[in-house]
Amino acid sequence: MRTNRDMLIVEGLRVNYGDFVAVDGADFRVPQGAIVSLVGTNGAGKSTLIDCISGITKPAQGRVYFKGENITGKPAHEIVAMGLTLVPQGSRCFVRMTVEENLIIGSYTKKARASRMETLKYVYDLFPALYEKRNDLSGALSGGQRQMVAIGRALMSKPELILFDEISLGLAPTVIKDIYVRIREINRSGGVTVVLIEQDVKRSLRASSRCDVMLKGRIVLSGSPGELTEEKIKAAYFGI
Amino acid sequence: MAQAIINGILIGGLYAIIGVGMSIIFGIVKLTNLAHGEFVVLAAYFSLAISAATGLNPGLSLILVGPIMFFIGFAIQNLIVNRLMPRGAEAPLLVMFGMSIIIQNVILQVFSADPQHLTNPLDTSNFALGNAVVPTTFLIDCVIGVCVILALNVFMKHTYVGMAVRAVSDDTTAAKIMGINVNLIYGVAMGIAMVTSAVAGVLVGQTYNFYPTTGSQYLIISFGIVVIGGMGSIKGTLVAGLIFGLAQLLGGFLFGTTLQLLAGYIIILIMLAVKPQGLFAK
Repeated sequence: MRTNRDMLIVEGLRVNYGDFVAVDGADFRVPQGAIVSLVGTNGAGKSTLIDCISGITKPAQGRVYFKGENITGKPAHEIVAMGLTLVPQGSRCFVRMTVEENLIIGSYTKKARASRMETLKYVYDLFPALYEKRNDLSGALSGGQRQMVAIGRALMSKPELILFDEISLGLAPTVIKDIYVRIREINRSGGVTVVLIEQDVKRSLRASSRCDVMLKGRIVLSGSPGELTEEKIKAAYFGI
Repeated sequence: MAQAIINGILIGGLYAIIGVGMSIIFGIVKLTNLAHGEFVVLAAYFSLAISAATGLNPGLSLILVGPIMFFIGFAIQNLIVNRLMPRGAEAPLLVMFGMSIIIQNVILQVFSADPQHLTNPLDTSNFALGNAVVPTTFLIDCVIGVCVILALNVFMKHTYVGMAVRAVSDDTTAAKIMGINVNLIYGVAMGIAMVTSAVAGVLVGQTYNFYPTTGSQYLIISFGIVVIGGMGSIKGTLVAGLIFGLAQLLGGFLFGTTLQLLAGYIIILIMLAVKPQGLFAK
């Protein structure tokens, strides 16, 4: 069933790297306005799945719909212009550009350029640390600050849906907590639908309104945090 | 000595504009453009033809030569190089090598092997600076070269397209997910590099004689600029041009003009030994 409330729908997606099947018929959907977390072990196919949704990787089979439109196989830059933005693993800031240049380049799409000064102000209000460092090269920042630049950069594109790929990887617990507070704020006051890719089940359950577990390239469990007990998730997570 | 230093500095500005296009393509498209020298010479021939046909001053012919070269660069990148890039670095390298041979021979067919020169009204004029006599053409070359490079720097820093070019050179995948059409930007970068080649071609053409085969000289100068300045650094090309120009002219002054070119290459060798990534490497 496709409903209007689902902002993102993935049907039977399959991605191969040579002979290796990274995503094996995954079905995944994201209701509008939700925070959905997608958890799973290393190599379960989470990153490949969202790389494929955002157009970096091409699927072998299956379909991706965003806001009701089929975006399967579209190039990444067109998907961004539609309002779907990825915050990639390891932040991937433009390290030889300043913080502010990173943010400005986030507003590259036509739609985003018009309101770039307002969005820039919104991002600086959200992350005051970035305003202080706005003229520093992003390569000189700490891991947490770089992650903030990546989030800010994504926000500059005026997204309706942001996919966060393992945003807490390698960060200190206090920094992670702070970033999660901001993500909830982006979701609530900014009205942005959020997908969180995580390895930490507890943290993502607390943050999200819906949780999907991925194992060996498939979504094996899906539900709201109320429906899913930690035991159920653990069993699905490890495939036992 | 003063004469050598002044000439070295002025020639440095010319070398910088010769090398900057090569440096941009190295840094952004990650392509060794072996046809860069031929593109510089091709622009000189375009200017020659346009001046002959319209009576325009070679400098003014840039109004036409610039856009023509931009279009050629954009087309080569989009129609050929972009399609080959997923297969690794060798195929585009060979294509550009082939391109250099094609351009040389087309020029030879159309313009013959005779030496050519772009005449401008100030060709033979000099001015005195202290006890040195400086050809006005050298000064024009340097001023225009430096101005174009500075303008390019401003463009890269303050426009969306310029920033997109830098973003692509920094992290191609991240650029894609920020909404940048990477192949298009590669085409634009090649086009911009070709516009700098156009300027370089006209300046070189009004300063020295050129033949269908002079491109390789400018390719070597460009390699020197890239090695000294660092790939993709626009600021670096200015400093590198200065160093390279001074090294040649001072080398010529101290050890005799036969060793002038050698002096420049020795600086390149020293650079490769001491700081192989270049002065302003990114």
